[in-house]
Order: sequence, then structure tokens, then C-alpha cells
Amino acid sequence: MTGLDGLVIPGGESTTITKGIESAGLEPALRAHHDQGLPILGTCAGMIVCDAEHLGFIDATAKRNAFGRQLQSFEADIAVEGIGDEPLRAVFIRAPWVESHGPGVEVLSSYEGHPVAIRDGSVLACAFHPELTEDPRFHAIFMAMTTSSRSRAKEEAR
Amino acid sequence: MGHMAEQATFRLKTGLAEMLKGGVIMDVVTPEEAKVAEDAGACAVMALERVPADIRRDGGVARMSDPAMIKGIQEAVSIPVMAKARIGHFAEAQVLEALEVDYIDESEVLTPADESNHIDKYAFEVPFVCGATNLGEALRRLGEGAAMIRSKGEAGTGNVVEAVRHMRAITSGIKRLAQLRPEELAGAAKEHQAPLEVVREVAAAGRLPVPLFCAGGIATPADAALMMQLGAEGNFVGSGIFKSGDPARRARAIVEATTHFNDPERVAAASIGLGKAMPGLEIGDLVAEDALLQNRGA
Repeated sequence: MTGLDGLVIPGGESTTITKGIESAGLEPALRAHHDQGLPILGTCAGMIVCDAEHLGFIDATAKRNAFGRQLQSFEADIAVEGIGDEPLRAVFIRAPWVESHGPGVEVLSSYEGHPVAIRDGSVLACAFHPELTEDPRFHAIFMAMTTSSRSRAKEEAR
Repeated sequence: MGHMAEQATFRLKTGLAEMLKGGVIMDVVTPEEAKVAEDAGACAVMALERVPADIRRDGGVARMSDPAMIKGIQEAVSIPVMAKARIGHFAEAQVLEALEVDYIDESEVLTPADESNHIDKYAFEVPFVCGATNLGEALRRLGEGAAMIRSKGEAGTGNVVEAVRHMRAITSGIKRLAQLRPEELAGAAKEHQAPLEVVREVAAAGRLPVPLFCAGGIATPADAALMMQLGAEGNFVGSGIFKSGDPARRARAIVEATTHFNDPERVAAASIGLGKAMPGLEIGDLVAEDALLQNRGA
């Protein structure tokens, strides 16, 4: 896991992903990536894995399956800070929400009063699945974070 | 819900299956087994009253599980809980939907309730997975609204040969379809006895519009790696785990082999010291006894 500009921790089942990180011994490499200030995008289960009760990359706790089981899964148009006025179609599958967060956490989007997209320093996290729609604007926020982190690293290397 | 909110769209139905890709879905019959499966790294569990090997041995009519057992399993684990309904038994499916299971498997492992019709899966909000032995069957199930396809294999045998045959039939069928000219697709639809619109969609994309998993006969980590290399996007394992000598260990090993299917050293390491695999059955003997489950609900 060296030479990466950014890391995506995708959706799936957070229990399964956590076990996988354990059994593959990936935690030190993930921590090293985060400690260098390199960007991370955590979506759905990826957001849970990044939270204070798991890897602790965000000063926030995510509530698992907060919106319910598969029957309560939904899609909706949501406003997201930093992507323009046009709402984003967001797909929530057995989705978590952010239950609590520290003062340094920026809430980029909320749904029915619960934060569903946040940024904490180099970590961007969302409760929905931006990869299941064609709209690239949420990924663009992450791409901008990786690009600026890479330019910063180049500056420092000079 | 406001904001143009919608539920039960096809994207939400297939979306959950997308999240299970690369993972293992394990058959469990008790909350304790479900916990073992979750701890071993299963991405979902399939709640049923008897594993296929026992259904095969005991005979009788195999039905949907006891709702109390399904609820117990839902309370025991936080990963998705799937459950099986008999082919064509839409009232069992209604009960499973009322129980809020995350996926319904309209399964040939249970005794079919309807000899000529499958469930109209578009009528449900909960998504369905269905088995197939070849591309035509897969396309027909998609036409009925399935949001995930699995090979049928031959459940409860611990013999992977049928799953291999079905997976190869499905993937090579897709490749052939993708090479056809547009005017040849109507003929292909007729040959596959499948709706033309689904045939067109698969031909254009060169893949099924939903995730394709393997089921039916996986007993070892190498079996799991084999199926992934043959094009499965994840594995269902039934009797193979809880009919083996050391279920927790074998479950972990099959998860490891499914994730790292292209890394023989890891599959080898995972295969060491697992104890006895489930005893297997010869397919030829089942043919002689007319005991193949895969012929149900074509």
C-alpha cells in the first residue's frame, strides 16, 4: 500500500471488512496512510470502518443500519456542500448515519436531520453509495482532495 | 420521506447484492451458527430449517423456515439475513417480506410449490436471488424480476462438479450472446426461452445486469477459489461448512479463499488443518435415484 495518492474504503458489510482488515494484517498500512495525511474516502461500511469505534480516522461515530434493513433502503435527492446547487441522487442501502461528531468535523450533507456526508481533515465519508449512480460530483470532492495532497507533497519534497 | 425519495427500486435491490461481491453467504439453521458465520467473516447468512445435506437425507417436504428461527437469527447478527422460499410459493415470500428479511432465495433446495410458475418478483419490495443451471434459466429469472443470480449446482452433495458445469454454461452463454448481431437476438431469445428485452440487455453489456454468485457443492477453500476464477462474483456455501469437522475454521478458510482466489499461497495456507470436509456424494448415484435438486423449477 505504498505510493498511493488516496484510498477508498468501499461499501459492503462493516463487520466483514473489519474481519478482513484483521485477518490480512492491513491495519498498520492503513494507519500509515492516514498518518501521512493522505486522503481517504469511506462510503457506507467504509464510513463505519473509519469511525471512532473502529479505525478512529474520523472524530465521529456512525450508527450501523441506522436507516433500517433492506426494506427501508431508499434513494433520494440530497443537497451536498461543495458540489453546486443541483441535488445529488443518493442511494442508501442498509445505511448508517453519523450519530455524533466532534467540533472539527464538517457536515457536508444531512438527511432528515442526520449527517450523511462529512469531512474530517483528510477523510471524506458518506453513508450513501456514490459509485452506484452516474453522477461523479461526490467523487470529484475526493479527487480534489487527492490532487491537492499530491501537490502539497511535491512542494514539500522541493 | 421527502426529496423525491423512492424505495425498492431495482438499483436498491441489486445494490445490496453488489455490496456482497467477493464475499461468502453461509447457510445457518440456528442463531448460534449465524454468529459463528458472522465471526468467520461471512458477508450474509441464509436462514433455513435444515441444510441441504439433511434435507436430502431426511426427505419429506422442505419448506420455508420457522419465523421464530428467522427472527432469532436477525437478532443474533448485524449482517444481512436471507431466507429461502419454495419455488412459486409467493405466500411464503410474503411472510418473509413481512419478517423484513434482506433477500429471498426462491430455491430449488426446498420442495417446489408450483410446477410451472415462479414467483412474480416484481410484486415484492424485498429483492430475490434465484438459481440457474444455464443462461436461459438465468435470463428467465431476470425477466421475472430477480436481482441476483446464483448457479444451482447440486446442493448438499459437497461435490462441486455441477456448480462448475452451471457456471461455465452461464458465462460461456453470455460470451456467445455478446457476439451475436442485433437481428440474431430474437432467435437467441427463442432458443433461451427468455424475454427479448433481457437478452438484448445482456448481449449489449456482455454480462448479467445483476451480480452472479456460485452455489451448490462448495466444500473446500480450493472449491471456493475455483468458482471465483470461473467467474463467480461471490459464493454461497451451504452444508459445506456446518457439516464439516471444524465449522468455524472452515468458514474462515472459505472466506479467505474467496477473497484471495487468485493467490494460491494464501488458499494453500487457508487449507491447512481444517479437519474433515463434509462427506461428498457422487452425482451419478443421484441421477440413478432421480434425486437431483437442480432439475426443479427450470
